[in-house]
Order: sequence, then structure tokens, then C-alpha cells
Amino acid sequence: MRVALFATCLVDTMVPQVARATATLLQRLGHEVVVPPSQACCGQMHVNTGYRREAVPIVANHVRAFAGAEAVVAPSGSCVASIHHQQAMVARRAGEHALADDAEALAARTYELSQFLVDVLGVTDVGAYYPHRVTYHPTCHSLRMLKVGDRPLQLLRAVRGLDLVELPGAESCCGFGGTFAVKNADTSTAMLTDKMAAVLSTHAEVCTAGDASCLMHIGGGLSRLRSGTRTVHLAEILASTEENVSPTQTTAPAVPA
Amino acid sequence: MSASPLAPGAPRSGTTFLGLPTAPPGVGHLRGDRPFPDAARTALRDGQLRANLGRATTTIRGKRAAVVSEVPHWEQLRQAGKALKAATMARLDEHLEELERQVTARGGTVHWARDAAEANRIVTELVRATGSSEVVKVKSMATQEIGLNEALEAAGIEAVETDLAELIVQLGQDSPSHILVPAIHKNRSEIREIFSRTLPHLQGPGASPGLTDDPRQLAMAARAHLRERFLRARVAVSGANFAVAETGTLSVVESEGNGRMCLTLPQTLITVMGIEKVVPRWADLGVFLQLLPRSSTGERMNPYTSTWAGVTPGDGPQEFHLVLLDNGRTAVLADEVGREALHCIRCSACLNVCPVYERTGGHAYGSVYPGPIGAVLSPQLTGVEDNASLPYASSLCGACYDVCPVAIDIPSILVHLRAEHVEAQEKPTAEAVAFRGLARVMSSPRLWHLAQRAAGLGRLLARGRPTLPAALPPPASAWTRTRDLPTPPGRTFVQQWNEEHRS
Repeated sequence: MRVALFATCLVDTMVPQVARATATLLQRLGHEVVVPPSQACCGQMHVNTGYRREAVPIVANHVRAFAGAEAVVAPSGSCVASIHHQQAMVARRAGEHALADDAEALAARTYELSQFLVDVLGVTDVGAYYPHRVTYHPTCHSLRMLKVGDRPLQLLRAVRGLDLVELPGAESCCGFGGTFAVKNADTSTAMLTDKMAAVLSTHAEVCTAGDASCLMHIGGGLSRLRSGTRTVHLAEILASTEENVSPTQTTAPAVPA
Repeated sequence: MSASPLAPGAPRSGTTFLGLPTAPPGVGHLRGDRPFPDAARTALRDGQLRANLGRATTTIRGKRAAVVSEVPHWEQLRQAGKALKAATMARLDEHLEELERQVTARGGTVHWARDAAEANRIVTELVRATGSSEVVKVKSMATQEIGLNEALEAAGIEAVETDLAELIVQLGQDSPSHILVPAIHKNRSEIREIFSRTLPHLQGPGASPGLTDDPRQLAMAARAHLRERFLRARVAVSGANFAVAETGTLSVVESEGNGRMCLTLPQTLITVMGIEKVVPRWADLGVFLQLLPRSSTGERMNPYTSTWAGVTPGDGPQEFHLVLLDNGRTAVLADEVGREALHCIRCSACLNVCPVYERTGGHAYGSVYPGPIGAVLSPQLTGVEDNASLPYASSLCGACYDVCPVAIDIPSILVHLRAEHVEAQEKPTAEAVAFRGLARVMSSPRLWHLAQRAAGLGRLLARGRPTLPAALPPPASAWTRTRDLPTPPGRTFVQQWNEEHRS
């Protein structure tokens, strides 16, 4: 299948290795990956902060960038949820009905990574190797808006060498919440503290999830505390293979550059 | 009695539509004195509060989840509740007028109160007319909303809260922090301390010493105090969970039986009810009385469900007044996205699952309606500019929507109200300038790539380390005070990929 990769603005700018891992994984599974160069952002941050009018041209750019794509895949539950639930809504509210229709049609062909792998490609064993103790945090939008359920866990259970440990209070929000993390920094940090306590109680080496944004928040807290436990995106774990492991690998994902 | 304030588009001045009136300032408890982030900062430092709330919400969440999972068709029941509420709101004026006719036909008197001040005035005058200087109260959110106790006190009338938790709050000169469990922020030893300091029969030389924090002992102490009040009270004030238009029936749902004492013993009963509590038919209660107890207390059936219609000679109160309260509700009804907040049946399931509420408690919201539902209801009742920080008091995790027994899409309303706030600004804020600039950048691939390159220069600050320095200027400092920020890469993925795949 020819898959258009939507890196998402945050991954592309801050953690490009997550998009690279997604591309590598899809290619390894035998699919052609295209990366539309004019992609930028889905518009979620604008919508969720109250700038729904301003989000309309961002949505328009997204729809233009991916026009004609057979399937769009993004390594983010949150951005895909916004594409499904918000893009057409803000366009319609602004009276841009043609754009809203196009956004709706594109949303129907847009998938979060774990849903694409399990539901569309029908794979759970992607041939990955990651010999570490890992706990999984279900991010709110993938859990409640996209209802990805246990798909990420199915994928993780099939990774060779991986020791999956259950995260206590897994379904509690980590406290990221987009601009909530800075507008209500104290409450956000209190939520993060409890999430970190849960992660550390598992003695996992790595905390993984399907959203780079939540992981930047959890990982940023763990790193500040010098906890040693790091965050690694689900795509990076799934892209890791035994052939690519170097002698000094530690918990860094073994993904070819 | 008086004319309905509910006629569509009522408050017009000449030909200019002035908008529907919101709850007036200066009366009642819908507005906080500090923005949410400031109030939350104080609450977050209170270890006892965090422990009390964490324990209480975890327990009640578990109970709710267990009894909801027993119901095979919960989702259909929930959708039925939502549909009933939506249909009722669409013809709210007709249902209210039918309710007025039926209550009046059964010997009750109906009063229409435009806002908190008018409702307080009506109730105060009704109590005065009885000659009583004391009223017993059933737990009621509407009377907390309008600040009725303070209004009665100013008129020299003592209002005694008879719900155990409301009594604790009242005796402690505190305010409720939860819709269902007003004293959720207090633990047993704090309650023991309040009782032994304030209950009249525990004071003075003759009082038996040594009240412990055993729940039974605490309940017995409250009972001894309240029984005396029930028996001597001549006037009671209540709220209402439901009002059935076709039969003129009012209903109060409670767990202690104290409410029923108030509803049956006094001579005069005054009920203050938000206009959104009406349901058209008796049969509608069948849906809501299944949804409510499982969602609120985690019980299969509610312990004390009282219903009454007008007055019955020789049995119960011989005088019944129903005060229908607007206080901004018609303004909420006018917002096609926000009106869903009026479907709320005050179960508080959303508070109990909310990760923000669990950490900050209810007082941080500054309104009698805290938590997720409060964050959408309070700003709409007062006008969003009077509670502008509340729509942002959420990480949009969506747990509230999942548990809501009438499926109110709270996250979507929060997002909508954020936009209403942004769009209400006449002068552009620094944030708006930034977001507008960023929108322009994100809708033009050329500008976006330039901006990404500029962001990449941030890596120079890290001087080779994997994270940026912890001390960055605002607004980045709000993040970096507690969390590291990764050092941005030299090149973005899209840029790299397209360099590799240029053919």
C-alpha cells in the first residue's frame, strides 16, 4: 500500500526520530511511504486553545498537503482524533463547507499508527526486537476519542525480548493537555507527579505511548528527576530490530538512521 | 404568579437585542475571587486535602464502575436520558407552563424568579409571612447557587442545613467543595473537631466529653442536634432533582432521610428549582432514577426518593411554594453548543473521575458547581468573561464525558467556551497575536519550514546536552520549571526525508 505519513508538527520539529521510525516500520512491512513536503499541523492546538477561526487555514493546508492520499498514517492518537473530530467542525462553523467535506473525506482515510497496523494491515507481530522492561501509558485521546483499546498492547506483546509491565492507574491523564501544561502548569505538574510515581513503581526502564506530546511531558519530568527511566514512542519500539542493535545500545531504539 | 421571563428573545430594548440575561454579580456563589490557576496553586500545596480527595474519589469511582458495569444496556439508557433532556429543552417553556398549571391545580403556588436576587427575595418574603425565624433545609444546589442562606440571615432568619455533609460545612463556616459530597475535603478527625467545637449539645459543663472520630458516633452527634430542629421547624426549604410537568410532582432524591424529615414535618414547604429540572412525563423518572444513583453514590437504587404534588389536607406541609429559578439558564439554552450543560442531573460522576478535580478540590473553581460540569456551567450562567479561567481548567482528557449518565460532551463544550472567550476580546492579547502569527505560519509550507529552522536554532542553547536549560524566559519557563525540554534537532524529518528522496 502507498502510505502518506503525517509526521505531526511536534514530532517533525522536536522528535523527528519518531517519524523516521514510523516510516522505517511501514517500509519494513512492505509498504511504500510518501511524505508530502507541504504538511505542517492538524490545527488541534489552535482549536483547543480557543482559536478555532484561526485554525481554518491550518486545516486547509493539511487537506491540500494530503489531497489524493490513499491512506494517511500519523504516530499520534491526539492529532488523528483532532482530524476526525475537529477539522470538519471548525471548517463548517466558519462556513467553509467544501473544505469541511474534504476534511471529512480525508479523516476517513486517516489512521493512528496502532489502528493502521492492527485493523488495516492486520498485523500484530511486526518483527520488532526490544529487550527491555517497558510499561505502556494509554494516552487520553487514543483511549477515549479513538478507542484504540488494547491494540498497542497487542503490538507490544509480540515484540521479542520485551518485558511488558502493567502501569497502575494507567487510564489517568498524565497532565499534558496541550496548552493546559503551561496555562495550568501547577495542576499539570501535580498530575505528572502522580503519573511518574506510577511509572517508577513498575521499575520499568522505559515508558511508552502513542503520543509524542504526552511522552515529552512524562519524559521531561522523569529526566528532570534524573530517574533513569526514559520515554520511547511506540513507533520507535516497533521499528527496532535485532540487526540494528549496537554494542552500546542501552534503551535507545535500534532503528536505522 | 408573575409573568414568565422565558418568552423567546424576551429582553429587548427598542429594536436592539441585548442578549439574554446572565446570573447577576454580587449575589450567590457562581464566581470565584481568583482565577483557577492561582486558587489551584494554593490547594495543590495542601497535603491533607490531596490525601482526603484522592482516597474519596478513588473509592467512589470504583463503586460507580462496579454498579454501572452490572447494567447490560447502560449505553442505551444513557442515550435515552440524553434524548429525553434534549427533547425537554427544545420545548422548555411549554413544559414549565404545564408544570405551573398542575402544581397550582393541586394547591401549590408557583413563583417565577428571573435571577438569584429575585429568588432570594421571594423566599425571604414567604418565610416572613409565616412568622418563623428559622427554616430547615434539604440539601440543594440551587439555594447554594443563589446564596439563599446569606439572604435569609440578612433578614434575621436562621437557615439550618440538615444534610450531614452540608451541616459539617455550615458548622465549619466553610463552603461546599463537591456537588454530592459537600464535605469531601474533610476527613473524620477534622469533622470530629468541628462537631465538638460547635454542636450546642456538646458544649457547656453538662456535655458528655470524648466524642471520637468513629463514623457512628459522629452520625449520632449530628442526629441528636438535627432531631430537635426537625421537630420544632415550621418552614422547610428544598431544592428538587426532578419536577414532572404532567402531574405537577416534585421529587427529591437523597440518602439520609433527613431530607424527608424536612419535606414532611413542617407546615410550609418552599422548593427552589432550576428551570432545567422539569421532565415532561412521570414515566421519564424511570430512566433518570436508574441513571442517577449508580452514577452518583454508586448505589443500585436511591435510598430515599420523595415525591409530592401540591398539598394533601391533613398530611404533610399544608402550604407549598415552588420557585422556578432562571439565573442565566435561558442564556445557556440560547447557545446551541453549550446548552447541553443544562442536561446535567447533578450526579457528580464527572467530578469523581476528573484528574484536575482530584488534585485541586472543588474550592479552586470558585463556584458551587466545581469539576468538569462546573467548568462548563458556571461560565455560561455568569457569562464567560466572569469565569474566563474555568474553561481552561481541564486537560481535555475526556473521562468526564465517558461517565456522564446523560452523555454531556463536556470536552467539546470546554473547547467551545475557550473560543467564546477568545472571540470576546476586543483588544488583541499577546497570546492572540502569537496564535494568529503561528496560524499564518502553519498554513504556509514555506513560512513553516523557516519557522522550524528557527526553532532548531534552540539547540544552540543546549550546548551539546540532550535537554535545554531549565531556566528559560516565559512563556517557556512555565514548562521548564518542572519538566526538561528536549534539545531540538538540526533538521526536521520532513526536510531530511525530502532531501533523501529528491529525484
